[in-house]
Amino acid sequence: MRTVNLESQKNGTMSKAKEKSAKKRVVEEDDDQLPIFDKDVTEKKAGEEDDADLSDSEESVFSGLEDSGSDSHDEEEDAEEGDDEDDDDAVILDEILTKSSGVETATEPPATDKNTPTVNMGVLFLLQKQYSRVQNVKTAPKQKRKMKKGEGVAMDDGGEKGLINTRHGDEYEHDTSDEEDIRNTVGNIPMEWYQDYPHIGYNLDGKKIFKPIRNKDELDEFLDKMENPDYWRTVHDKTTASDIRLSDEQVDLVHRLQKGQFGDVNFNEYEPSVDFFTNEVMIHPVTNRPQDKRSFIPSLIEKEKVSKLVHAIKMGWIKPRKPKETTPQYYDLWAKEDPNAILGRHKMHVPAPKMRLPGHEESYNPPPEYLLTEEERMAWEQQDAEDRKLPFLPQKHSCLRAVPAFSRFIHERFERCLDLYLCPRQRKMRVNVNPEDLIPKLPKPKDLQPFPTTMSLVYIGHSSLVRSISASPTGQWLVSGSDDCTVRFWEVNTGRCMKTLEVGGAVKSVAWNPNPAVCLVAVCFESTVLLLNPGLGDRLVVSSTDQLITSYEPPEEDKEQAVTWALSEGPEHDNGHRLTLTHPKAVKQVVWHGKGDYLASVMPDNSSNLQVLIHQVSKRRTQNPFRKNKGLVQCVSFHPLRPYFFVATQRYVRVYNLIKQELTKKLMTNCKWISSMAIHPGGDNLICGSYDCRLAWFDLDLSTKPYKMLRHHKKALRGVAYHKHYPLFASGADDGSVIICHGMVYNDLLQNPLIVPVKVLKGHQITHDLGVLDVTFHPTQPWVFSSGADATIRLFT
Amino acid sequence: MGGLQKKKYERGSATNYITRNKARKKLQLSLADFRRLCILKGIYPHEPKHKKKVNKGSTAPRTFYLLKDIRFLLHEPIVRKFREYKVFVRKLRKAYGKAEWTAVERLRDNKPGYKLDHIIKERYPTFIDALRDIDDALSMCFLFSTFARTGKCHVQTITLCRRLTVEWMNYVVTSRSLRKVFISIKGIYYQAEVLGQLITWLVPYQFAHDHPTDVDYRVMATFTEMYTTLFGFINFRLYQTLNLVYPPKLNSKAESELKAEHEEDYAMDSESYMEKLSALSASLARVVATAEEEENQLDQFPADGEDLENMEAREKEQKEQEAQNRLFEGLKFFLNREVPRESLAFILRCFGAEVSWDKSLCIGGTYDVTDETITHQIVDRPDIDKQYINRYYIQPQWVFDSVNAKMRLPVEDYFLGVTLPPHLSPFKLKLMALQRGEKHVQEEEDDDDDEEEDNDEVDDEDLTEEKNLKKMKDQRSQGKTLAVKVTPGKVKPWETGSVVNKVRLEKEEKAEEKRLAIMMMKKKEKYLYDKIMFGKKRTTREKTFFGYKETSSNERNIY
Repeated sequence: MRTVNLESQKNGTMSKAKEKSAKKRVVEEDDDQLPIFDKDVTEKKAGEEDDADLSDSEESVFSGLEDSGSDSHDEEEDAEEGDDEDDDDAVILDEILTKSSGVETATEPPATDKNTPTVNMGVLFLLQKQYSRVQNVKTAPKQKRKMKKGEGVAMDDGGEKGLINTRHGDEYEHDTSDEEDIRNTVGNIPMEWYQDYPHIGYNLDGKKIFKPIRNKDELDEFLDKMENPDYWRTVHDKTTASDIRLSDEQVDLVHRLQKGQFGDVNFNEYEPSVDFFTNEVMIHPVTNRPQDKRSFIPSLIEKEKVSKLVHAIKMGWIKPRKPKETTPQYYDLWAKEDPNAILGRHKMHVPAPKMRLPGHEESYNPPPEYLLTEEERMAWEQQDAEDRKLPFLPQKHSCLRAVPAFSRFIHERFERCLDLYLCPRQRKMRVNVNPEDLIPKLPKPKDLQPFPTTMSLVYIGHSSLVRSISASPTGQWLVSGSDDCTVRFWEVNTGRCMKTLEVGGAVKSVAWNPNPAVCLVAVCFESTVLLLNPGLGDRLVVSSTDQLITSYEPPEEDKEQAVTWALSEGPEHDNGHRLTLTHPKAVKQVVWHGKGDYLASVMPDNSSNLQVLIHQVSKRRTQNPFRKNKGLVQCVSFHPLRPYFFVATQRYVRVYNLIKQELTKKLMTNCKWISSMAIHPGGDNLICGSYDCRLAWFDLDLSTKPYKMLRHHKKALRGVAYHKHYPLFASGADDGSVIICHGMVYNDLLQNPLIVPVKVLKGHQITHDLGVLDVTFHPTQPWVFSSGADATIRLFT
Repeated sequence: MGGLQKKKYERGSATNYITRNKARKKLQLSLADFRRLCILKGIYPHEPKHKKKVNKGSTAPRTFYLLKDIRFLLHEPIVRKFREYKVFVRKLRKAYGKAEWTAVERLRDNKPGYKLDHIIKERYPTFIDALRDIDDALSMCFLFSTFARTGKCHVQTITLCRRLTVEWMNYVVTSRSLRKVFISIKGIYYQAEVLGQLITWLVPYQFAHDHPTDVDYRVMATFTEMYTTLFGFINFRLYQTLNLVYPPKLNSKAESELKAEHEEDYAMDSESYMEKLSALSASLARVVATAEEEENQLDQFPADGEDLENMEAREKEQKEQEAQNRLFEGLKFFLNREVPRESLAFILRCFGAEVSWDKSLCIGGTYDVTDETITHQIVDRPDIDKQYINRYYIQPQWVFDSVNAKMRLPVEDYFLGVTLPPHLSPFKLKLMALQRGEKHVQEEEDDDDDEEEDNDEVDDEDLTEEKNLKKMKDQRSQGKTLAVKVTPGKVKPWETGSVVNKVRLEKEEKAEEKRLAIMMMKKKEKYLYDKIMFGKKRTTREKTFFGYKETSSNERNIY
């Protein structure tokens, strides 16, 4: 509203001066401008209000810049008028909308058969847009108003609706312009709400407006289209449910709006602009107002500010601007190089390594061998970016022009920056060792012969894994016990199975009596230890053995024993069974003493002290040497010469003196779990195999710690053995190999044993992750037997 | 009994190191400022030998700095400037908030700035130190000079980088110190020998960068800030050594030549001057006018024995070097518009050629295509309409390969539309692949080089040995299978010869012996040995792999 007031003010000042002359001039101008509305203008001139209208247009011409769309009233009505201004615009919008409902058909080409509501909407939207353009123009609405007055006449001419005419007359009197066209009072609501009613609203008197009795159907529509020549300019008005035929002027208006022209034909868009304020200096001021007093009296506030600044300068708070530095950006920085002035820290400085120099693979046109094949490329793509050997894909371009930008260029530079300031730097000493020098110099295996080198015989017959084997002291026979509940006797030289004995369970351990004068084999399965006389070899020996067993006389006083001794009779006796020792628990291992009279059996049990029993065959006596439980016993062994007894628990080997009945030594094996143990025939050395792939060699005179740990096998060791005469020992493991080592023990106590691996023997197949289960040497020859999980026994010579 | 109990972590290595956060607190800096300080001062973390001890018993991953380093940082005047800047930003923000524009202006005028001169001097006490470390600075400046002037960093930085790189290139041209060039898929590598230091840098191709989002440009900008300072000082010094005017000026003669042309097209004088400099087509002005070439002959010293040989070798090397420097002398090149102008002009000028290009391409072209005296025209398109009969039309790779081969290679392989021979990296010259290039040269020039041949022979021997070993392996495995399964054997020619068999047996025995000896190694030595052998195997695997490929490509007859 400010604009309006301002304008009126201006009017006030301006018009006072040259009211009369200007008015006349404007009238003429107006006439010139609106030749078409001549009639209207003259009509208005006749009326009283017309003066006001004219003055209004005069203003608009003068001001040229203000919003004058609403100036249809007298100056007296200004305030009221301002309020109305917006409403007026709204009315015009309404007008156009009502008109537009007529336009919709006009915009459609007459040939199209339907005008659906959606199309209507589109047209409406278009019209609104155009209207908004129109709205910006100041004089147009006013002229439209004028036109409207004439329009009533035009409509009368059309003779379509009398209603408009009558209403028009009313409106003219009241000048409540926005209700002029309204016949339905429901307002701006979607007409679908009245779909189910017989009426579509209410007229001004509050009476229902009924829908036409019969709606037009498609056929009617079609017929109408065919017959009615004015069909294309007929518009359906939803609010009144009636068709309206557009007049020529209306159609014209629609066309103009469609073309983006102004609604008013006579509106001149390019009127010459008249500057109100010009650059010419006039002799008289525009206003006559005297100057303010403050304009010629010095400002106190400014004075205050200045004094403050002066004070600050005096006090030295404000300093003059520093002169710009004149020293050049770059100069000879190292002009005075003084090598002595170098800081100590620079001697410690580790310069960053330089960037890696590019190889051929980085070339834009590399030799073809550097290009990756399809598979390599796929592999490269699947790798993590960090794992990639090449951080980029080698590419070949036919010419330099075809080389694209490298997409990771900035990345790489950034990574280099990060490396420079985030990576710790270290001088790493590169190990410059000839790997050959690291290999220890050992005597050649050739010089250490004899030792088994080739597999010469395979003893086939067992159907399950062979847990244990033992050779007869003469070296002619071999006994083996297997999980298929049989014990087999083999002739070593031919590989022939001499005898097969069925026993009542999986055989855990077999041991041939080392005494050559006795022919006895100890077999253990479940909780039984069986003494067999295989009846092989020298008849005399066999019979003397039988005699030895039968010659037993029970002692007078019968002592309670942990084991029941039973003599076999009948068919069992014929099979060779001689004595049965029934243990209270499952037996895992049997071992003979070197003399062949004593026998030790192992019943591993964590919770009792009854784990090891020593039996005397000639007296059929059993005793438990240990009062305390020192852990799960894995295996035991007799000293070959002296009355010592070795007990291997899970991690330690204890050496007991059987005569003094005391512990003499405790060997730390450094293993997790001992599996097997063997004593050197000299009695001073001992080897332990363990499930953690190690073999520990103990020199009993030296220390309780292993003299040497050998990690030759890849998997758990199952069996170890010493040769009786040759300086050899063997170890069998789950990796299916038997490793023969030369283990020379010197009589000179100062010289340490010499251990040299001489041969890796392979042959056993790995079944169920088990390879070699037991190894034993031939008592006289440098041959080794091995039994495996593949149900075979092999002889290596 | 007496004395206090020793407390843990109060002596020894725990007191020599400090964690990053503690260091930051000690310096009273924000993390970003701390990083900047570390970058500028060249302080990097250290990896303590016993991490747990230093970390006071904890094994949490931490970054450690040497306490001495941090103490050293405490005395840095720049730290104060950082704090001042922080205050300045705070004040400025306040002034903005209150819309006190005069205050803003005043603050802006007094914006605290800092110089890095003393840091450069401190980090690189001698000029050679600085020159040694310039590789990264060069690559970074070349990268920054190709950035678009849109917000990623300050425009001043970009222009400064461009200026410095142009100065550097002009220096290299004038001193003729370029040695090797290599077109890689990343960009173009150059190697120059400046005052005895080999300096390598990488220039990206002239394309707009696709700026990644996961890159911290602040870090890069800090590095660039340091590098530009360093680079400027180095340039100054280098120009001084050549008696050139430092901010470089064109030779007055050259300037007048250039001036005659489309001067009015260029808006600003300074810009056009910069462009003229970057065109590299004119020589620079000297402080003292001297003869262009100053032959510094090596004085003859009386020497004997090894010294004499060394001397001769040195002399020979120098002669070669001189020959390389005059590689393109007397040739007149014309660059077509599709070839990378700057890099080619740079290289050609480095080796004494005359270069020109189309006037519309860049300022500084001295002659036209129509010039009859042009000897080579570098073209990178399959065909060209109008060809002059008295000049070679060659692809750009010829220039690069010739520089690396230190001789003008025959142009036939590089003619228009010809499939180019592979472009090899001059940095791996000692390896076999480039030697084929050398061989190729030998064929052409009949210039025998005993060393190379020796190397070849060694390589060949290696290869044959490897092949033999492979064969042996095969044989052995065959033998194994034979041991298990007996099949009627075929008499092979090499098996009939018992000598071969014996040799084989012997070798096998030796191998077994070695294997057994390895079993007896001590744990530590075994570990070391395994490591060494693993590395060796890997290299041989790669070598044989490429070797295999190479032989196959040889069969395809590339050369």
